[in-house]
Amino acid sequence: MNAIIHRPLGGKVVTKPFLILGLFVLIAAYFILRRFLFGMGDVSNMNNGFPIGTWVVLDVVIGTAFGCGGFAMALLIYIFNRNVYHPLMRPALLGGVFGYTLGGLAVMIDLGRYWQAFNLLLPWYAQPNSVILEVGLCVMAYITVLWLEFWPAFLERMSPRFKQRFGLDQLQAFLKRYMYVLVAVGVLLPTMHQSSLGTVLLILGHKLPPLWNTPWLPLLFLSSALAMGYGVVMLEATLVNRAFNTPSETVLFARLSRVAAGLLVGFSALRWADLIYRGQLGAVFAGDFNGNLFLIETVLFLAPVFILLSWRRTRQRWQFIGAVSVLAAGSLYRLDAYLLVLQPGNGWTYFPSGPELMITVGVVCLEIMLYLLFIKTLPVLPGGTAKA
Amino acid sequence: MIMLDASDINLESYEMSNPEGYEGALGGLTRREFLKYCAGVAATLGLPALMGIRIAEAATAKVRPPVIWLSAQECTGCTESLLRAYHPTLETLILDMISLDYHEALCAGAGHQAEAYKAKSMKANWGKFVLVVDGSIPTRDGGVYCMVAGKPILEAVKEAAEGAAAIIAIGSCASWGGIPSSDPNPTDAKPVHEILTGKTVINIPGCPPNPYNFLSTVLYLLTLGKPPALDAKNRPKFAYGRLIHENCERRPHFDAGRFALEFGDYGHRQGFCLYKLGCKGPETYANCPSIGFGDVGEGNWPVGIGHPCFGCTEQGIGFTKPIHALAEVKTYAPPTAFPAVDSPKGEGISSAAAAILGGVAGLAVGAGAMAWRGMDAEPKPDADPDHPKP
Repeated sequence: MNAIIHRPLGGKVVTKPFLILGLFVLIAAYFILRRFLFGMGDVSNMNNGFPIGTWVVLDVVIGTAFGCGGFAMALLIYIFNRNVYHPLMRPALLGGVFGYTLGGLAVMIDLGRYWQAFNLLLPWYAQPNSVILEVGLCVMAYITVLWLEFWPAFLERMSPRFKQRFGLDQLQAFLKRYMYVLVAVGVLLPTMHQSSLGTVLLILGHKLPPLWNTPWLPLLFLSSALAMGYGVVMLEATLVNRAFNTPSETVLFARLSRVAAGLLVGFSALRWADLIYRGQLGAVFAGDFNGNLFLIETVLFLAPVFILLSWRRTRQRWQFIGAVSVLAAGSLYRLDAYLLVLQPGNGWTYFPSGPELMITVGVVCLEIMLYLLFIKTLPVLPGGTAKA
Repeated sequence: MIMLDASDINLESYEMSNPEGYEGALGGLTRREFLKYCAGVAATLGLPALMGIRIAEAATAKVRPPVIWLSAQECTGCTESLLRAYHPTLETLILDMISLDYHEALCAGAGHQAEAYKAKSMKANWGKFVLVVDGSIPTRDGGVYCMVAGKPILEAVKEAAEGAAAIIAIGSCASWGGIPSSDPNPTDAKPVHEILTGKTVINIPGCPPNPYNFLSTVLYLLTLGKPPALDAKNRPKFAYGRLIHENCERRPHFDAGRFALEFGDYGHRQGFCLYKLGCKGPETYANCPSIGFGDVGEGNWPVGIGHPCFGCTEQGIGFTKPIHALAEVKTYAPPTAFPAVDSPKGEGISSAAAAILGGVAGLAVGAGAMAWRGMDAEPKPDADPDHPKP
């Protein structure tokens, strides 16, 4: 068996793009400070009709779906034993680490009484029928698991003498030996909370139009999150390849893209069959706002299927378009269901304020900055293979 | 040798063992149950908790105060209502707290025997007994339309009132005339206080009244020897001091302009305000929403179960005003127009937000285009001197 050698990318950390990203993070930090000093209303347009705004929808619902790269790859590599994809595992994991951790950060900004968040962890306050409780606990657990899964990258970077001195080499051996437990838990947890993010919408009842409101929401959310996971792995690797001239992984992606395309076929088949079964097909072609949004979603979901199941999947450009399309489709699906088509009634409307958007932009920028920092200084990207 | 501590001895068990003493007076209740009941009565009356002890003392006094209950033009609904009181039950009240010496529906004896006992009791307790009257008093043709023991009830009431320490008129008929006094009023029925002019008659209107309003009034009399605070119509203020409208659980719907317009329509099924179905809550004084009926918990009263109040406690409203007629709102009338509930709320898009979104979209497209340029080409070795290949 070939073990993967990961190497830090090296190079200057503080580059011009890094500083520009940092500027956005500083702007976001200013508004976050205002949010904690003067309250949510000072920076956000969220209201009683739309208590869930961009912070949760973009940073948590869509952000964690982007963070599903690690989950999707672990499922493929460890559960279905497709070892050929192993070089993609650690970068995907890193994406998951930041996607989820910063999603958790966004929740803390979004929580009205964040100082009581620890009560989530006290079982005697738990309401076991609550979907949000399930999501909260599950995401917290998954963030912990992700960092533990990623911990070997830190350990590999340390000098042997340092590790010996603090007994970290034993920890490394322990982690290596029992990593399969973490991997198993790490595959289980996202299936729970990614589907629960769909269940949350079920509770909204008639507020969610019939085109989106189906008992299959949990499965639709889970399968689209998985597809987005493969999409984000392809997109990240392609961008890293273009930015840093690393060896291209186009051949590997040609195979991976079939998995993503297969998932999208399943997703679309379920979604349309359910629509027909519920007799809502007419609403798709009604020509109104909701119907047209649904059609745009459908085009974005099906375009990658046609691209990635044809000869085009061997070309980097088409792979790129396919990956972007998967991510756009999954993101629009979530954005639609959580914000755009939601009708809370009583005349409530919502559009995020400038400061609110700047916080979300800053969180994404922080994610990219940390990703760049980590791949440059830690052994994350594959650097060849060695005989074990 | 085992030393007994004082707390080891159950003092209560000694007292309870005497059937003639303390336990007998409790009438089958445990001491705890009984004290709880008395504290409950004190709370209903709005009295301090310590008053519960005095009520307990009064209710367990050796000599139980005698009560004479006369029934005129009535339906026995008030008695039926009392029979359904469970804290305490009526038998606890009439057998252990008071001495109900005469009641046509409840007394064990009948005919001459009952009448003779009534006369004996009134004679023995002249000036001390409590007179309770239910039903209105017919006055036309010398009161011949309601005869008991060969005598018009009009005379019986006047006669008993002379020796009564306190007079209670229970039910709407006795309090203000009720159904018998409604048009055309063939018997010229009158309430008790119009017969007994110059005497204080405590009115407990209602059809039937809530039994606890009566029980609380009786215990107040027994405890303090005087009637509770009364309003201008001689109704106890603790029970009839506020409009039904003021404590109604559907009041928020009234204030928000959400009304049921027909029985069974959307608003009715949703529990909206019944004002437009003719609910008389806004002009009727009673504590129905606060204490409910039937001892089965909150919400069990006419409006609670979806029927408009018909104003049974109020003269000129109950049995007089049509059920569908709108109430005259005593607090303030609802406005003719309410603010729209679906006016736009929340902030729209701002130019800053639009600019940020546009900027982000442009940046994403730009970055995508930059990445696009070199795709599908062989990577040039060391194309960027800043980022040498590892």
